[in-house]
Amino acid sequence: MQAFLDTLLGDAAGLERQLGYLAGMVVFGAVVVFGFVLPFAGIVTWAERRIWARIQSRVGPNRVGPFGFLQWLADGVKNILKEDIIPTVADRPLFRFAPYVVMVGFVGAFVCVPFSGDLIIADLNIGILYITAVTSLVVVGILMAGWSSNNRWSLLGGIRAATQIISYEIPASLAIFPAVLLSGTLSMQGIIGEQGAAPWQWHMFHSPFTLLGFGLFFTAALAEGNRTPFDLAEAESELVAGFATEYSGMRSTLFFMAEWGNLYVIGALVTTLYLGGWQVPQFTYNPVLMNLAQVGVFMGKSLACVFFMIWLRATLPRVRVDQLMAMCWKYMVPLAMLSVLGTATMMVALPNGSHTLRMATFAVVVGVVIRFAFKVRFHLKRARKLDYTSLSPGASQGLSS
Amino acid sequence: MSELVFYLLAAITVLCALGVITRPNPVHSALFLVMTLFMLAVFYIILEAHLVAALQIIVYAGAVMVLFLFVITLLNLKGDPDEPAHPLLRIVAYAVAATLAAGVAIVLMGDAGVVPGGAGAGAVLAEGFGGTRALARILFTDYLVAFELTSVLLLVAVVGAVVLAQREPVAEAPLTETGEDA
Repeated sequence: MQAFLDTLLGDAAGLERQLGYLAGMVVFGAVVVFGFVLPFAGIVTWAERRIWARIQSRVGPNRVGPFGFLQWLADGVKNILKEDIIPTVADRPLFRFAPYVVMVGFVGAFVCVPFSGDLIIADLNIGILYITAVTSLVVVGILMAGWSSNNRWSLLGGIRAATQIISYEIPASLAIFPAVLLSGTLSMQGIIGEQGAAPWQWHMFHSPFTLLGFGLFFTAALAEGNRTPFDLAEAESELVAGFATEYSGMRSTLFFMAEWGNLYVIGALVTTLYLGGWQVPQFTYNPVLMNLAQVGVFMGKSLACVFFMIWLRATLPRVRVDQLMAMCWKYMVPLAMLSVLGTATMMVALPNGSHTLRMATFAVVVGVVIRFAFKVRFHLKRARKLDYTSLSPGASQGLSS
Repeated sequence: MSELVFYLLAAITVLCALGVITRPNPVHSALFLVMTLFMLAVFYIILEAHLVAALQIIVYAGAVMVLFLFVITLLNLKGDPDEPAHPLLRIVAYAVAATLAAGVAIVLMGDAGVVPGGAGAGAVLAEGFGGTRALARILFTDYLVAFELTSVLLLVAVVGAVVLAQREPVAEAPLTETGEDA
């Protein structure tokens, strides 16, 4: 960020330069939060509903604006205008405060999201740990909401969320470390700087161990974000809406904004740690063009992750609580340890890395993806061939007349 | 400027710490403790110890306190201010608090010029102070034994927890042919 501002400020010096930095930071922070983070959380709800609809052979919201795109704005306006009800038995101050704690934990993560080589609010020395730290505030907010509502469902939802987030924080943090070990730094830009633009130069394909780390991190991050198949905290068939049951109006919207916006944080983290971040080949020496290309690449990768999470939600059923805990402690934690130790061993055994191993891992992943794509294509074709109208007798004359 | 920020933050921290001991409701107390620990992390950042600050939030504010809150909310304890604590306990508590306060006061008086940096206010920080590299180097050279012993201690705690949580194996009741319990 500072380097980018340097190019814009030219040779202003002293106080003017400091003010320039400050203004640049504030403007960029505001642009990120109000121009990207909050609208993104809204837009992704619309995208999610459209994508689910497509997957489930429905239409989805298509009335407000082109392709129903403005649905999220309509929903937002509706939610703001709704009454903000606080139950009489609720713990008033905590009940009112809880959504803000959750929002702080979520928006705070964007301080360290590296959108491009220069566009990052602050490239902290401890970047990735900082994100882990602020997002852990979300748990406190959720427990506060669950307890202060003074409602059994809310309390159960809050407690489920707390156990789940605390447990999955361990495999998630452990799975960060293969990438950190390979980079030798915790800074987000440093981690990206160690990777290359070509897919096989990403940390994900360094060795089978980092591939494992990638999978574990993605799964654990999903669980930490309370996403299906791990959305037990607000399993609507069991707990109404979990910790958010008693919330209405804007406060409930804040919870949902944090939750949907969190998809992007997960996508950005996965992209930074394992998918090469904003790396693009050096095609021009114009810093503005270069940064635009980097933002495009970073957005592309992280939005692909978001799409994948939406796809998962439309596909997978919810796990049970005991399955959730067994999966975390019996399988994911040991596998994460294996991933860290394996990566460390690889680094000692092959200090310069093995190009063959990289290409082999890459080839295996590409092979799996291609196989999967063929399977999807096969099912899509098969689904189209079935003519549902011809299956029921009398459909040919009954439906059309 | 930085002193003003420091005193402002210090005031907030002390208020939060007072909240921990004055709130009758245990959940409120625990949340004030979260705030206090969070504010301490802010001071670590002011003192350039970024890694310690992050770890403080992850471990204490994020994990330990959430477990505290978890237990308190699950038990649903209501504050019971009517029942006074045992008088002897009260005396012991006052004595411990007075000793600790005296200790802090003595140390503070020892350092003339008590400002944000404490005794190190005028000192020049080494390159990379408080960073991951510097901390790791100290931890894995000078304090290696203490570090490893702490890990063993934690391992013992984990084993103890597993032993305590282990249930007696329950013999499964055989089912009759109609599927009811025998």
